[in-house]
Amino acid sequence: MAALRQIAFYGKGGIGKSTTSQNTLAALAEMGQKILIVGCDPKADSTRLILHAKAQDTVLSLAAEAGSVEDLELEDVMKVGYRDIRCVESGGPEPGVGCAGRGVITSINFLEENGAYDGADYVSYDVLGDVVCGGFAMPIRENKAQEIYIVMSGEMMAMYAANNISKGVLKYANSGGVRLGGLVCNERQTDKELELAEALAGMLGTKLIHFVPRDNIVQHAELRRMTVLEYAPESKQAEEYRQLAQKIHANAGNGTIPTPITMDQLEDLLMDFGIMKKEDETVIGKAAAVA
Amino acid sequence: MSQSAEKVLDHFKLFREPEYKEMFAKKKAEFEYPVPNEALQHTIEWTKSTEYRDKNFAREALTVNPAKACQPLGAVFAANGFEGTLPFVHGSQGCVAYYRSHFSRHFKEPTSCVSSSMTEDAAVFGGLNNMIDGLANSYSLYKPKMIAVSTTCMAEVIGDDLNAFIKTSKEKGSVPEAFDVPFAHTPAFVGSHITGYDNALHGVLKHFWDGKAGTTEPLKRVENESVNFIGGFDGYVVGNNREIKRIFNEFGIKHTMLCDPSDAWDTPTDGEFRMYDGGTSLEDAANALHAKATITMQTISTEKTAKFIEEHGQEVVKLHHPVGVGGTDKFIMELSRITGVAIPDSITKERGRLVDAIADSSAHIHGKKFALYGDPDLMLGLTGFLLELGAEPVTVLSTNGDKDWAAKVQALFDASPFGANCKVYPKRDLWHLRSLLFTDPVDFLIGNTYGKYLDRDTKTPLIRIGFPIFDRHHKHRYPVWGYQGAMNVLVTILDKIFDVMDADTDGIGTTDYSFDIIR
Repeated sequence: MAALRQIAFYGKGGIGKSTTSQNTLAALAEMGQKILIVGCDPKADSTRLILHAKAQDTVLSLAAEAGSVEDLELEDVMKVGYRDIRCVESGGPEPGVGCAGRGVITSINFLEENGAYDGADYVSYDVLGDVVCGGFAMPIRENKAQEIYIVMSGEMMAMYAANNISKGVLKYANSGGVRLGGLVCNERQTDKELELAEALAGMLGTKLIHFVPRDNIVQHAELRRMTVLEYAPESKQAEEYRQLAQKIHANAGNGTIPTPITMDQLEDLLMDFGIMKKEDETVIGKAAAVA
Repeated sequence: MSQSAEKVLDHFKLFREPEYKEMFAKKKAEFEYPVPNEALQHTIEWTKSTEYRDKNFAREALTVNPAKACQPLGAVFAANGFEGTLPFVHGSQGCVAYYRSHFSRHFKEPTSCVSSSMTEDAAVFGGLNNMIDGLANSYSLYKPKMIAVSTTCMAEVIGDDLNAFIKTSKEKGSVPEAFDVPFAHTPAFVGSHITGYDNALHGVLKHFWDGKAGTTEPLKRVENESVNFIGGFDGYVVGNNREIKRIFNEFGIKHTMLCDPSDAWDTPTDGEFRMYDGGTSLEDAANALHAKATITMQTISTEKTAKFIEEHGQEVVKLHHPVGVGGTDKFIMELSRITGVAIPDSITKERGRLVDAIADSSAHIHGKKFALYGDPDLMLGLTGFLLELGAEPVTVLSTNGDKDWAAKVQALFDASPFGANCKVYPKRDLWHLRSLLFTDPVDFLIGNTYGKYLDRDTKTPLIRIGFPIFDRHHKHRYPVWGYQGAMNVLVTILDKIFDVMDADTDGIGTTDYSFDIIR
């Protein structure tokens, strides 16, 4: 058996991280890889397309019921879905209370200690919006994910988030083995999106590993709680995810230490592409009607 | 005033003086909103009932007086067992004050331990700077040979990554690159002190055996004739480790005590302050990889460590705090088996003496009922010994013992005719035990110092065995392992039995027909 490959998907909330990761992992499973998905988002929606379920019982909700995480068995929290992909959701508190970051640490420790990773070729962590605290950096600590893939788009805030995540990766890259695997652009049909994504990747010292075009079939599959790979395996979009999966599979060991940029540099980038006007201080803070 | 400079009254006497009695009465009447005495008595009686016990055991969201401490306490214990090692707890200061005072109250010795003094800003920005400054200060002020890092709740909740932090600190020059800084994540809200001991010891071995966090090549095991000994979290470590070393020497077996704080917690008063004393040398900790086998005396206290050692190709003999004839037999015979060294006559003779002593006193222990609580391994050892003595360990309770542990205790009950009416209670606290002592009364209670409240409330005489023991001195100097250690346990139990017997028969002209000189 080849060494366990551990990857993580990060990205701004609502960017299509879970959709992209599940479709890609479904494609990897199609290639014969044994996959374990670890959802690290309190919303616990990282595995619904694989399991065809609304939401999975999470490690933390079951632990809260049982009294403590030590009372749980692996079988209680692990579900098997499409192409034998094993799925675990860490879960977490309701918005506004508790500490979701600690939940991620607790869950990952539980999974490691109970041998959840045994026999897997891939472990994939699906992490919420931003590296907001130490807990959400758990998947990029030493001996966890080796490569981080950032899902982004041509929207300014998605690029901003991608840059922030790179800062998180950089913090751990010097002391540990984590590397930035690349950007995955999930097309939003913004102006010059491909070019922007490639330029940002260049500035961050990484590459745009794949540009996933927008296709409504993803939405159709989602409504059926399925990946495109399962819903429409012959479709063009399924082929896109297969390409992405192959690129990730071939990308082992090719990750880089990211070179995050400043907010000014990010704005300059947008100006270079003509999306923001150069030195156009007059538009700042003006409402649409006034401008 | 009753207090004067000429005649100073201590707190035993002072507060019994009339003015204090009056003050207490006034305080109670005016500020404590007391319920009528009758209602109070009624409630006290109710807490003794079966009805209350059932409600007590139905408790879900509350723990009252848990018989356990937190992970970092165990981590500090483990760190303290290595040569020149400074335990370094990444977290806030108050936690460390607790570990230090807790150990000092038990061992009556200072315990060296530092904190990274995390405060509000560290909670917000992460504790990296505290680690950088803390390691630098500890290294230059206290000149340790090794700094063993563990964590408190605070550092764990915000997700500080020790591996990354320590590497960064070394890059920033806090300590030299090659200086040993093993670490263990020890969230206080997970497990108990025995989990922390396990994690910290595992952290030290992993550091030395697996290439010092990626800075050197992992060691390659070349088997030799030595045997490693791991005691686990043990309140009798001073006496026990010395006794175990003596036994190894009687056998003539080359051995490494992995984690040995017996000197650190027993420094002599000779005019010299020893910040560090004794302990497993760092060289021995590394070379322990090559040993033929490892014996762990407390398997539940060393689960992760034992697994780690097994994965490195060693046999691990797993015991559960053996006490008594049968328990010690197993330890001694396993020692002989793994080393191929015959059991020395001197040890066989010690066994005979223990059997003789048990026979001499058997009449007084046989049939007596006991309730006992404490760490899971200790409970297994004591339960085995009591059954061996023909006593009935009617109630065996542990806060940090789980259902697997309970099954092991039940197996001991099932294997003995004296276990028929005995019950085991995993994950219960001392308030549960209080109910049980009322509804299922026993002759004696065995536990640590905190049992004295149960003794007072339920009038069940407490025999102090366990950790911590704050209110009796020097118990930690006397071993409970080996045949001689079992003798100490036997004597501790007998002393209480005879004290109670005397107190029960000292009525002049009423019960003193049994107030005998000879027992």
